[in-house]
Amino acid sequence: MPPTAPAALADVTASDAALRRHLHGLPGVDTVGLEARAATLGTRSIKTTAKAEAIDLAISMIDLTTLEGADTPGKVRSLCAKGARPEPSDPSAPQVAAICVYPDMVNIAKEALAGTPLKVASVATAFPAGRAALPVKLADTRDAVAAGADEVDMVIDRGAFLSGRYLKVFEEITAVREAAGPAHLKVILENGELSTYDNIRRASWLAMLAGADFIKTSTGKVSVNATLPNTLLMLEAVRDFRAATGRQIGVKPAGGIRTTKDAIKYLVLVNETAGPDWLSPDWFRLGASSLLNDLLMQRQKLATGRYSGPDYVTVD
Amino acid sequence: MSIFAYAPAPESRAVVDIAPSYGLFIDGEFRPAAEDKVFPTHSPATEERLSEVAHAGAADVDAAVRAARTAFGPWSALPGAERAKYLFRIARLIQERSRELAVLESLDNGKPIRESRDTDLPQAAAHFFYYAGWADKLRYAGFGPDPRPVGVAGQVIPWNFPLLMLAWKVAPALATGNTVVLKPAETTPLSALFFADICRQAGLPRGVVNILTGDGSTGAELVAHPGIDKVAFTGSTEVGRAIARTVAGTHKRLTLELGGKAANIVFDDAPIDQAVEGIVNGIFFNQGHVCCAGSRLLVQESIQEELLDALKRRMETLRVGDPLDKNTDIGAINSAEQLARIRELAAAGEAEGAGRWQPASCELPSQGYWFAPTLFTEVQQSHRIAREEIFGPVLSVLTFRTPEEAVAKANNTPYGLSAGIWTEKGSRILSVADKLRAGVVWANTFNKFDPASPFGGYKESGFGREGGRHGLEAYLNV
Repeated sequence: MPPTAPAALADVTASDAALRRHLHGLPGVDTVGLEARAATLGTRSIKTTAKAEAIDLAISMIDLTTLEGADTPGKVRSLCAKGARPEPSDPSAPQVAAICVYPDMVNIAKEALAGTPLKVASVATAFPAGRAALPVKLADTRDAVAAGADEVDMVIDRGAFLSGRYLKVFEEITAVREAAGPAHLKVILENGELSTYDNIRRASWLAMLAGADFIKTSTGKVSVNATLPNTLLMLEAVRDFRAATGRQIGVKPAGGIRTTKDAIKYLVLVNETAGPDWLSPDWFRLGASSLLNDLLMQRQKLATGRYSGPDYVTVD
Repeated sequence: MSIFAYAPAPESRAVVDIAPSYGLFIDGEFRPAAEDKVFPTHSPATEERLSEVAHAGAADVDAAVRAARTAFGPWSALPGAERAKYLFRIARLIQERSRELAVLESLDNGKPIRESRDTDLPQAAAHFFYYAGWADKLRYAGFGPDPRPVGVAGQVIPWNFPLLMLAWKVAPALATGNTVVLKPAETTPLSALFFADICRQAGLPRGVVNILTGDGSTGAELVAHPGIDKVAFTGSTEVGRAIARTVAGTHKRLTLELGGKAANIVFDDAPIDQAVEGIVNGIFFNQGHVCCAGSRLLVQESIQEELLDALKRRMETLRVGDPLDKNTDIGAINSAEQLARIRELAAAGEAEGAGRWQPASCELPSQGYWFAPTLFTEVQQSHRIAREEIFGPVLSVLTFRTPEEAVAKANNTPYGLSAGIWTEKGSRILSVADKLRAGVVWANTFNKFDPASPFGGYKESGFGREGGRHGLEAYLNV
């Protein structure tokens, strides 16, 4: 388990006041400039061989997700099969990184994925609202890990963050970090509810200081989820955090990423913001459910020169 | 960048059909120069010969000015709403042909297609749309109840934004009822000739717009011609001085938009990541061939190290190369002559003791005119690279300790075209902007243009304003 606060920044979490000073001392974010930069990077033209590489890279970074109240063991098993063998007719297609489910489905997924390198990720901590007492959140986390989750996606207490109780958020993340034990911890900031870019940068740093392995844009359950600008901002944060502490943190945009074109834009952001060191499933994930099929269709198109159609990929 | 190297993504050249030679556009038709002289135009990225154009001499200038004079009567007598129709039509044709024009502009000028496609062309069309809107509202522009056009405008434009500078000049002139004789730069004549074709396509009456290709001597003939009522020039301060001397004592009206050495001031509370983008955009946009380029970075000493680290890291990601590749950030230097000047000034920077830095990742093509994006640290006010306009991708970094020092250093230049301020503190933006002697001051952004916003300089950066309501004044008897 990594230390909760890196030595270089240990004293900034000593008190609520110190934490506030640190977070409010981070450079500001100019909305217009950030969005313009994201839009410019979005115009990169990724063609032919670069596109083929990008598609396979994107597939290997997917956290294939089902987070519905209506999830059943059958649904989860079928998703696991899909993640392990996305393209039945072409074994050269890469596998996805992980299958992401609710805690009560972790054991089903774990069983279905036995013998594969795929990870099981579970959303815990009273996902998606996070409105439960800390002991409940910790129990939720321990449950998921006990059932075999390799990765835990936790949500932060946005209410506490927005009311300025940063130390409360910090302590909650460190508590979950501890409860998660060996599991990788992804901290969901829920950018759509943080509402300003300054808040997103502060929340990113707060999560990293508290021991997050990944920072994640959103739950996918609110109206604004992953966007290019907020992901760009988080990539800047992990880049700066590594420069300051030597620790590398991953980034996971989630929610609303549906097309190959979108996925490639995210890869361009990673490449040109945090840098190529982040271009691997160890450091970048795409939280998505319908993206995989579009990537597979584009992959077929590149291989055959023709568009196939939705019946040439599987429905799961 | 080994994991994710972008494959070449070139824009197709097939969308543009360049003729082997072009004549002068006088009185609604193309014709050879009276003395039959021609000169070639090249692609600066490959040195490939693109076409040859006519070299206008004194007789051609005279013919063009006469055609413009003849057209002036009926054109200026048209109701504003009628002139607006032509301008709207031109604007729409520019939009319709924007892909063709963007490729042409990148071929002839060397600028990346990303910029000609996303900046030059949309802005050029926007200028015609904007001034079309003014054509029937001149009496409400604040220049009296019945402002009249000046007459025949002689316009000389530079090579850095050939089509956009044409739009800046031609649109307000036509909207206010003037007729035009325009000379594009020697190295970038093609888009103006394509524009002549657009004028024909739009059914613009003969003689309202005339295009003369040629070199400095053609420009001098045009400026000196007694049939011209108004001279508008964008280009170097040196040529601007010569024009001012020629025009002095005549009835001709004059506006000059000349060089610059803009300060981009970054305070310690700036939004760092966006400031880095703004610095990059300020100096490396269009290879630094921008008169309002933010070529002097004034950074507060307390964040110097952090900012320069971020800037260098960002510069490593700049992609230099084929202007027609859609992923190219920095294209070719426009001419061998300009490249030599940039090299000379960069060498002077080193000789004077400034530290030269260029990204390690930058490989320049072997053919054509290229200069890697360059950063000079430890630059002092007394260095030539801090005083003279380089007009290339070369940034000089100076430092300051207090806002007063920043303002003093920013204003300590013979130029005064533009400036930038980066700070999260609104009151500081207002107080510093108020003290800067520059025609445009950008806050937390740089190189942003809009047809509605006037543009022009102080001191050796020239006089007069282009764009906006103010831009009408130069073309009206008020």
